[in-house]
Amino acid sequence: MAELTYREAVADAIAQEMERDDKVVFLGEDIAKAGGVFKTTVGLYDKFGPDRVRDTPISEQAILGAAMGAAMTGLRPIAEIMFSDFFAVCWDIVVNQIAKTRYMTGGQVTMPLVIRSANGGGVRFGAQHSQSIENWAMMIPGLKVIAPSTPADVKGLLAASIRDPDPVIFFEQKSLYGDKGEIPDGEHVDELGTAKVVRDGTDAVIYALAAMVPRSIKAAERLEADLGIRVSVVDVRSLVPLDTRTIFSEFRKSGRAFTVEENPRLCGWGAELSSLITEECFWDMDLPVTRITTPHIPLAAADNLEDRMIPSVDRIYETVRAGLD
Amino acid sequence: MTSSGADTNFSNEQMLGFYRDMLRIRRVEEQLGKDSLAGNLPGAVHLYIGQEAVGVGICSQLRDDDWIASNHRGHGHFLAKGGDTKLLVAEVYGRKTGICRGHGGSMHVADFSKGIIGANGIVGAGISITTGAAWAAQLDGNGAVGVAFFGDGAANQGVLCEALNVSTLWKLPVIFVCENNGFSEFSPYSTVTSGSIADRAKPYGAAHETIDGNDLIEVWQCAARAIRRARDGKGPTLIEARTYRHSGHVVGEHTFLSGTYRSEEEVEQKKAGDPIPAFAKRILEAGQASQADLDRIDAEITAEVAEAVAFAEESPYPDPADQGAGYMFA
Repeated sequence: MAELTYREAVADAIAQEMERDDKVVFLGEDIAKAGGVFKTTVGLYDKFGPDRVRDTPISEQAILGAAMGAAMTGLRPIAEIMFSDFFAVCWDIVVNQIAKTRYMTGGQVTMPLVIRSANGGGVRFGAQHSQSIENWAMMIPGLKVIAPSTPADVKGLLAASIRDPDPVIFFEQKSLYGDKGEIPDGEHVDELGTAKVVRDGTDAVIYALAAMVPRSIKAAERLEADLGIRVSVVDVRSLVPLDTRTIFSEFRKSGRAFTVEENPRLCGWGAELSSLITEECFWDMDLPVTRITTPHIPLAAADNLEDRMIPSVDRIYETVRAGLD
Repeated sequence: MTSSGADTNFSNEQMLGFYRDMLRIRRVEEQLGKDSLAGNLPGAVHLYIGQEAVGVGICSQLRDDDWIASNHRGHGHFLAKGGDTKLLVAEVYGRKTGICRGHGGSMHVADFSKGIIGANGIVGAGISITTGAAWAAQLDGNGAVGVAFFGDGAANQGVLCEALNVSTLWKLPVIFVCENNGFSEFSPYSTVTSGSIADRAKPYGAAHETIDGNDLIEVWQCAARAIRRARDGKGPTLIEARTYRHSGHVVGEHTFLSGTYRSEEEVEQKKAGDPIPAFAKRILEAGQASQADLDRIDAEITAEVAEAVAFAEESPYPDPADQGAGYMFA
């Protein structure tokens, strides 16, 4: 087992897949010679050269159009959209083109591409560089949506996304880039559409994604230490496909669920989970599903404001405590 | 930098082939226009009538593994690139036997086996997608090119700048074909577009030509130069083919438009430049075929269209059980 940071796991996964399959190519802004603005792609250019690791202009429509055209005609492109907020300038290609072309052509074509993007807040970049937009992607039929919380999951799920025949939006939570973790030796490929129970508990369950997973684990540890409340934590990992089997089975253990979401409240993925649980597990419910989210306002740059907006360990702890009281 | 047709000698068969290909598009579109007005087709139908020389002049020299992307006015490109008439008509009819099994409709006809990436309902979207197909072809080294067809309206989408920049930078084998038909939906060119569209390639250092899009031979020659440039690794060409949209933006627009955006006199005057009679005249004057030959082709095309309509009408609608995730995800 090697220890890597979350950011190092990105390049590790891409290198693993580029070595395995010469159809895998990678493009984006400052990803090649500069190694990525978050240093997520260091070394790939030197290893694989300019044909396969390519810097692009600041032209998000051209980047994703190129990735899509290449994916339909034989390559397996990985495109980087530097900050997930920038999806807004190329959303047509994502929503109207990439997500729909296989369906609209009656299944004539596959769309094996991955769009990686740094998502979320916690780094004081303000409202246009901090959004957690996984809920935008989740609501579009035809996209798979992944958001890992650990270096091992970054590697395994990114590798699986690159091998997948369908378009995958792969969100890397930028506040996690410095986190370290063990990564299995040798080839590591995980499975899309699988959630993971990362902490056991029988009094309640927290469903969390990406940066909210370590915070939820910390809150759960404190709840047990302080109050003897045993809360399980499910790392949802994959919003599409959604692992409802794990989600429901974990819910049925306690009948009490909380979601912890970095996305703003309206139409966040937790609302979908709440709806599914209500429909499928109604007779097992002991409490209404409680959502802990960023409020429905743009994120502020000031430290104290941003910290207050994004769910914190304290807020998770207090909300769960009060909910179970 | 256009040259006259005199230096290109096409055989009689080639000339009649061009004529047949243009006439097929014309007759299919006339039929679909009638069917749409009669309420027999789902959704909106945008006709290519008047622009046939552009699609045929270019696609007639493309290989099956060359890629084209098209726009909402895409039936003509589909047929010109070798798409099947029956599969097209059945698709526009929304039937299970259509090329996209009824899931795409008029604005999304595609046939990947023929290099037809597809028509597109988003104005300008095919420009960047074709750039990607050309990038893949360049990396593959197979000599294939990508051709994006779009209108003068789409030329005002910012994505054209992005694609011109990146394709010139990377010397991609791509050809941007702007069919300037005079209208951005219901707005005449001069009311929404400044300057010349071909000139927009200049600052990027990309090759560019403005041609008479109603002259098939001129289109063919220009395309030959652009294709050669692309296959030789010399990068993109922006072609502005000046033509005229005989029909409206969409079939049935008179039923919802409150005003008129062009006069009947203008339409009649412009129709004098119709590429098909002009090409017939050229064939006859050169003695490359007789009027009887042309009439025979028309009769054959008319029968082909009738057969396609019968095929579509007899075909079932898509089975609702057939619409699910299998088409969405592989």
